[in-house]
Amino acid sequence: MQFMLLFSRQGKLRLQKWYVPLSDKEKKKITRELVQTVLARKPKMCSFLEWRDLKIVYKRYASLYFCCAIEDQDNELITLEIIHRYVELLDKYFGSVCELDIIFNFEKAYFILDEFVLGGEAQETSKKNVLKAIEQADLLFETTTLHYCTKFKSNK
Amino acid sequence: MPAPIRLRELIRTIRTARTQAEEREMIQKECAAIRSSFREEDNTYRCRNVAKLLYMHMLGYPAHFGQLECLKLIASQKFTDKRIGYLGAMLLLDERQDVHLLMTNCIKNDLNHSTQYVQGLALCTLGCMGSSEMCRDLAGEVEKLLKTSNSYLRKKAALCAVHVIRKVPELMEMFLPATKNLLSEKNHGVLHTSVVLLTEMCERSPDMLAHFRKLVPQLVRILKNLIMSGYSPEHDVSGISDPFLQVRILRLLRILGKSDDDSSEAMNDILAQVATNTETSKNVGNAILYETVLTIMDIKSESGLRVLAINILGRFLLNNDKNIRYVALTSLLKTVQTDHNAVQRHRSTIVDCLKDLDVSIKRRAMELSFALVNGNNIRGMMKELLYFLDSCDPEFKADCASGVFLAAEKYAPSKRWHIDTIMRVLTTAGSYVRDDSVPNLIQLITNSVEMHAYTVQRLYKALLDDISQQPLVQVASWCIGEYGDLLVSGQCEEEEPIQVTEDEVLDVLEGLLVSNLSTPVTRGYALTAIMKLSTRFSSVNRIKKVVSIYGSSIDVELQQRAVEYNALFKKYDHMRPALLERMPIMEKTATNGPTEIVQTNGETEPSVVEAKHPPPVTQPANQANDLLDLLGGNDVVPVIQTTMPTKPASAGGELLDLLGDLSLSGAPAPAPAPSVPTSQPSFLLDGLSSQPLFNDIAAAGIPPMTAYSKNGLKIDFTFERANPNPNIAVITIHASNSTEADMTDFVFQAAVPKTFQLQLLSPSSNVVPALNQGTVTQVIRVLNLQKQQLRMRIKLTYTHKGSPVQDLAEVNNFPPQSWQ
Repeated sequence: MQFMLLFSRQGKLRLQKWYVPLSDKEKKKITRELVQTVLARKPKMCSFLEWRDLKIVYKRYASLYFCCAIEDQDNELITLEIIHRYVELLDKYFGSVCELDIIFNFEKAYFILDEFVLGGEAQETSKKNVLKAIEQADLLFETTTLHYCTKFKSNK
Repeated sequence: MPAPIRLRELIRTIRTARTQAEEREMIQKECAAIRSSFREEDNTYRCRNVAKLLYMHMLGYPAHFGQLECLKLIASQKFTDKRIGYLGAMLLLDERQDVHLLMTNCIKNDLNHSTQYVQGLALCTLGCMGSSEMCRDLAGEVEKLLKTSNSYLRKKAALCAVHVIRKVPELMEMFLPATKNLLSEKNHGVLHTSVVLLTEMCERSPDMLAHFRKLVPQLVRILKNLIMSGYSPEHDVSGISDPFLQVRILRLLRILGKSDDDSSEAMNDILAQVATNTETSKNVGNAILYETVLTIMDIKSESGLRVLAINILGRFLLNNDKNIRYVALTSLLKTVQTDHNAVQRHRSTIVDCLKDLDVSIKRRAMELSFALVNGNNIRGMMKELLYFLDSCDPEFKADCASGVFLAAEKYAPSKRWHIDTIMRVLTTAGSYVRDDSVPNLIQLITNSVEMHAYTVQRLYKALLDDISQQPLVQVASWCIGEYGDLLVSGQCEEEEPIQVTEDEVLDVLEGLLVSNLSTPVTRGYALTAIMKLSTRFSSVNRIKKVVSIYGSSIDVELQQRAVEYNALFKKYDHMRPALLERMPIMEKTATNGPTEIVQTNGETEPSVVEAKHPPPVTQPANQANDLLDLLGGNDVVPVIQTTMPTKPASAGGELLDLLGDLSLSGAPAPAPAPSVPTSQPSFLLDGLSSQPLFNDIAAAGIPPMTAYSKNGLKIDFTFERANPNPNIAVITIHASNSTEADMTDFVFQAAVPKTFQLQLLSPSSNVVPALNQGTVTQVIRVLNLQKQQLRMRIKLTYTHKGSPVQDLAEVNNFPPQSWQ
């Protein structure tokens, strides 16, 4: 995978993960173009399109479009499964995930993605293991903040 | 200073903004607060501030002032800080800026951290955005982690290694030992990432590929276990066990089995098993089948397996899911060349896909349909394709029209059918056909002599209907100009002849001249057509009037034509009939040059004619005949390239030296035979100062060039393309001498790289007269099948003022049009 974009029906970006080095300007340009192209697609059309020298795989879940760019030799159908798996992970984590969850907890959405995909390839094929890792890391997150807060209070 | 607001608070606030301007204002205010907070070097809230910055960055606002802060967060001891810091690094930093290198040390430390989640963060960041420098520095750490027993880290290290290899391919070797027992892992995560790593290594290095071939049995076993094992809740997706891993294994098998019989055989069974046993009701099963089909087609599979694969694709075509149909068409397109017959069986389904609603599917179906057209199905296929052309979107029309023309040319069952098809294309998609189709069609029409009456009648009727499609109008005007007499005499055999008077025809053509829809080019065609009718029709006066009107047209092209035609009427009326005669049949094959090219590879062949008895200077007529033989004969004249008649076959040897990239320093200059007087006639072309026939043939617009200019000797190259074979470039060299003494015994030799073939015809003479009084010309034909850039090495030898001169030169400045 070269990159993954999540955007709303109005074209607002909710997540962008890039696995190839590009300048900020290029990223913005690609994002703009691709969002426009995908939003222009009619509902009856297939989930794949050719764009520049890449294959774009996209799927809409409720109000969010999940869009991946893969290379010529990658399997489009399994990419659809990867997108679906990510949605399932978000769903399990947030409990019936909706767009608002991703807006207000975007950093968590990134953390979950980073436990599932690394460098553009899936690193863990078991849903359970991904969620377990996130859980454990969150605990670390919580405990250290907690630890810090008490310290702060006591200094006061 | 009050505590900076929390992230969620900020998000909520920004979302209340009702206009873009309001949002911008909020963002600017917050950015200012964050900036001052950063300036205060506040450790407490740095994490929160960077998180907010990342949110604003996603909205599209600049956030580069946070880059260094991310680095500080990464360096912090707190996990919370590191997590946000690494996220910020991945979002805000990129490898073009040197600042990213500051991360390297932190990552190195974190790769060795006691907490695996910290190690995980470091591996993830490195594997996502590590630059080549970072990868070089940290590859050793990654390699270490690849060997750990901790599967959580091992799987991440494997993908990190993939990234390192992509960035710095030379480091691939160092990961080889760690791959030893990657596949004996039980953990699916490690298995999956290991297969990805092995795939990457095999794709990049044939040595690695050969090395890893021995893993095929193990891979087959793993795949088999996945299929045969019962329900495994951890990895199950709709009843299939770990489809992600299955697909990756199939892909690796594809690479290992390609062009290797043994490996291909070892995987035959498992591929057949996967192909037949996989559940196809859901997308996930089809994903596996798709990968299986790709693998079967790429390896050396037995024919039964290949047929199985194509049938799977055929079934995909009938699937309700358009994604599956799309994927099937794409794969069929790849295999249609190699398994043509098998794909033909699904032709009707493919043709049905032309009517699909999805643009991508339609395009694939169109490409595939053209690939499947052959002599047997041409009539049926063309009907479908023409129907498609009628109804398709404009973006397809040009490609479809070209495809139809090509297919019609190759497989037309009859001339009438061919012309009908062309007419259909011109009338339905006339404005989308490519520019070069007009001359091609005209040429086609002239060649179908018996169809002239029919053609012109149909074109005339089409013009009556619609004059907006320029290519159609142009072809039609040309035909009416040529065959207008057939039109009015009602000679058509193929269909009911129409009654048309001369005046009606002229009305139509004049209508074209004045219509706003006609382009200048079309008007030119129309005017010329009218002129031609002056010898075919009797109403000459009317034509004269029209022509004279346009003598004052604003359009320069029209004006020029009209003025010349006027002159034709006035002063050269006796020439008019001859000039406006019917066009002869234009052949696609040229009337110059033999149709075959003798393979010479830059070597010379020994002179055919005995050196000592050069042909006497015969009457020019004789030589002219020989020249014609050279040009027109189909029997190939053997390469009469020679140098001096006295030079023996060692001339070939010297040219080989030229090719062999050796310095030709001490090579003895061929001693000019004393018996060769300067009046020595050379072969066929003596007496003809240049080669007018070659020079007058319109060059294909390729500019001439100076290949060599030294010591008074200048060699120019002029170019043309040889019909029938556009891969052959015909170069004529012109050697001229600006010194005050003649250059005698002049020999030109040339050599080209191996991918080209060269034929050198005989020179016009071997004396380059002094003071530019004449030139020596010689023709070179270069066959350039691979369309590579033309380079040439030339060797010149001559005698000047009594002393032999020899020079070698490289010619690299060929204009691109000469070899493209």
